[in-house]
Amino acid sequence: MSWFTKTFSSTIGRKLLVAITGLFLCSFLVVHLIGNLQLFSADEGVAFNAYTYFMTHNPVIRAMEIVLLLGFAFHIYEAVVITRRNQSARSVKYAVNRPEQNSNWSSRNMGLLGTVIFVFLLVHLYNFYFKLKFGEVSLDAAGNKNLYVIAVESFSHWWYVALYVISMIALAFHLIHGFQSAFQTLGLSHKKYTPAIKAFGYFFSIVVCAGFAAMPLYFFFLY
Amino acid sequence: MAGNNPNSTPMNLTLKVWRQKNAKTQGQLVTYNVKEISPDMSFLEMFDVLNEDLLRQGQEPVAFDHDCREGICGMCSMYINGRAHGPEKGTTTCQLHMRKFKDGDTIVVEPWRANAFTVHKDLSTDRSALDRIQQAGGYVSVNTGGVPDANEIPIPKPIADKAFDAATCIQCGACVAACKNASAMLFLSAKVSQLALLPQGKVERKTRVENMLAQHDAEGFGSCTNIGACAAECPVGISLDNIAMLNREYISAKATSDNIG
Repeated sequence: MSWFTKTFSSTIGRKLLVAITGLFLCSFLVVHLIGNLQLFSADEGVAFNAYTYFMTHNPVIRAMEIVLLLGFAFHIYEAVVITRRNQSARSVKYAVNRPEQNSNWSSRNMGLLGTVIFVFLLVHLYNFYFKLKFGEVSLDAAGNKNLYVIAVESFSHWWYVALYVISMIALAFHLIHGFQSAFQTLGLSHKKYTPAIKAFGYFFSIVVCAGFAAMPLYFFFLY
Repeated sequence: MAGNNPNSTPMNLTLKVWRQKNAKTQGQLVTYNVKEISPDMSFLEMFDVLNEDLLRQGQEPVAFDHDCREGICGMCSMYINGRAHGPEKGTTTCQLHMRKFKDGDTIVVEPWRANAFTVHKDLSTDRSALDRIQQAGGYVSVNTGGVPDANEIPIPKPIADKAFDAATCIQCGACVAACKNASAMLFLSAKVSQLALLPQGKVERKTRVENMLAQHDAEGFGSCTNIGACAAECPVGISLDNIAMLNREYISAKATSDNIG
């Protein structure tokens, strides 16, 4: 093995990859949230559909789509490898264990939270991405594929709205640990900046996830 | 005069203690009753009472690790009621007093659990994996020459303090025991930080962190996921800042060292 592969298969190297891809995925969340805020504009989806057309046809965005896919793939793969190693580091468990007295639930359950988010991601991609790419989609007044009506229809079902809201709560807890943890992993810890990073991570997690959760709730209750 | 103090009323307790003959056999929790335990006893003294009872009854006493009994050697272990070194913050088991428990309590006592730590017998574990990590680079080479003057190399007080804080690690293994991932990274980071902060230790900083992490991984410890249980349970208060420093040391060593193997 070369020094490079050795580095990224060590316990620190693997979590560096999880941290870097995790922060990259956070940047994706920001772009995705800002774009999708157009669902709230009262124009029956004209602006949102035009944005959808842009996102599916711009070459830079198409290239970034592949980078994004790789980001998810590395994040999940490395996290699974680390989790399996960590589970096998203690084969005899404690008869009595009180981890709630020394650490946060979300910090100990990133794998569980990640799995919830992964299942959500599959459902979400099937319902929007897959339908848009390969399904029969009607056109709106401006002649763009009408993704807006798919959103309206999907979010008229209570169970679908519930799935989205629960998944966003899981994502919020995942981010509350993950955001600040990524900085710690990268060694970016300093008494001047770490308190601000932790506070911003908390704020970021709640605002982003509340923003996403507001979309299905808006269509279900107010549309 | 202990009897005059209402807080010194002796207690009767139920213990569920992990008994295991040796590393090759299966163990189990065995229930014992101990009587007339003074609240002023340490947790280990309570075990001494139990063992005297067992000896009197012709039974094998419970094996457990201990040495200085004043909280500085790092020998005592014990996972007590689901916590490394028991419920009190910042203490070793020898410094945990029975006044932290109530008359009639049931206390479950298990050995440190990690595949890198095998159970010798009962509550005594083999923690030599930590020694091997230390041997892989946790030192400063002084190849020849006379003894240098202690103050020859100026070290700023805040740096000396940080290095000293890291050096207080007593290698007890509570961080590994408490970690969900059985990772030894709080221990490793304390050793790496202690030496990397000081001018004498900076000379070998790259090979040190590379070799010590390689040994940590080879011993079968898990990977740190920044849960923080280790620092919360550490009897001497080693901070998570050391793990961030370990990560920095590792990244810069891997990026710039001459080791391409």
